[in-house]
Amino acid sequence: MNRRDEDPKLVRGNDGLELEPELREAIGNFKSSVDAWSDNAMSRPREVIEPARTNWVRITRWALGCAVFIGTVSGGVYENQRQQGIAKAEAARFADQQRELAAERAKEEADLMAKVDSDIAREVPSALEPMASLMDENQGTGN
Amino acid sequence: MINATAEAIATQEFDSVVADHRAQIFRFLLASTRDVDLAETLTQDCLLKAHRNWTSFRGESSVLTWLMRIAINLQKDHWRNRRLQFWRQTRTNAVDLDEASEWLPSGERSAEQRMLAKERVAHVWSAVENLSERQRTVFLLRYVEELDLKEIAEATGMGEGTVKAHLSRALARVRRELGEKQ
Repeated sequence: MNRRDEDPKLVRGNDGLELEPELREAIGNFKSSVDAWSDNAMSRPREVIEPARTNWVRITRWALGCAVFIGTVSGGVYENQRQQGIAKAEAARFADQQRELAAERAKEEADLMAKVDSDIAREVPSALEPMASLMDENQGTGN
Repeated sequence: MINATAEAIATQEFDSVVADHRAQIFRFLLASTRDVDLAETLTQDCLLKAHRNWTSFRGESSVLTWLMRIAINLQKDHWRNRRLQFWRQTRTNAVDLDEASEWLPSGERSAEQRMLAKERVAHVWSAVENLSERQRTVFLLRYVEELDLKEIAEATGMGEGTVKAHLSRALARVRRELGEKQ
């Protein structure tokens, strides 16, 4: 004995599933409400709303602008630093050169003076030789 | 030239498909989501996808079941993506159950009958909301779109027996909800 035999009010649909009248009515009303809502929504005037999508063009422009700005500023700073470094290195090199030149000159002068001294010491005129021998003697006695 | 003509014919055919089935696709998606904007978006996506694949539609099933299948898959994808995108705002535009049941046409009923009918419709909405995704789809396709079991099986990719089982469970749930609330 199935449910249909138990309750004559049960209605079997073409899918073989039984629906009692209350359930059938409730589902029918549910369908009517969906139909009415859907018809209303389909016929309503549509608002054109700009989709909330990411504005890539604007973002790209901003990014490019920022990149150019940062590039320009950092390029300027870098160039300035580089020029300062070159100038410092140039100044140091010039100072070294000057020092080397001064040292060279001093050495040349010292050599020259030493050469003059030795030349003077060696080339005593023959007329002064007795005086020179006297000087040697004095040096020998400690006077 | 021949290609252009074939394309024009396909476009013309597809225009009539849209005219015939758009409302039905939208209604199914609206009942599934209770969100007018989302239902509209998914309907557009469904028709766009169908248009792109129109030339590969071989007519093995009816156009409606083919479109329904696309709509069901889009809806699944939507919820899957939404679950994955957990950082997004989770608020939806779905209307609440009472608001959804307000759409019942008044007909030739007394105020009391109308109130009772609305209440029962709200209970059906509540039961539908608590159904599993498959049960809900099958229930709506059967009782709102009035497809038969074979068509539902084609649209959902399930066997007819499985469809019947889901439908039976969905009905039991609706029946229980109506019984409990009375």
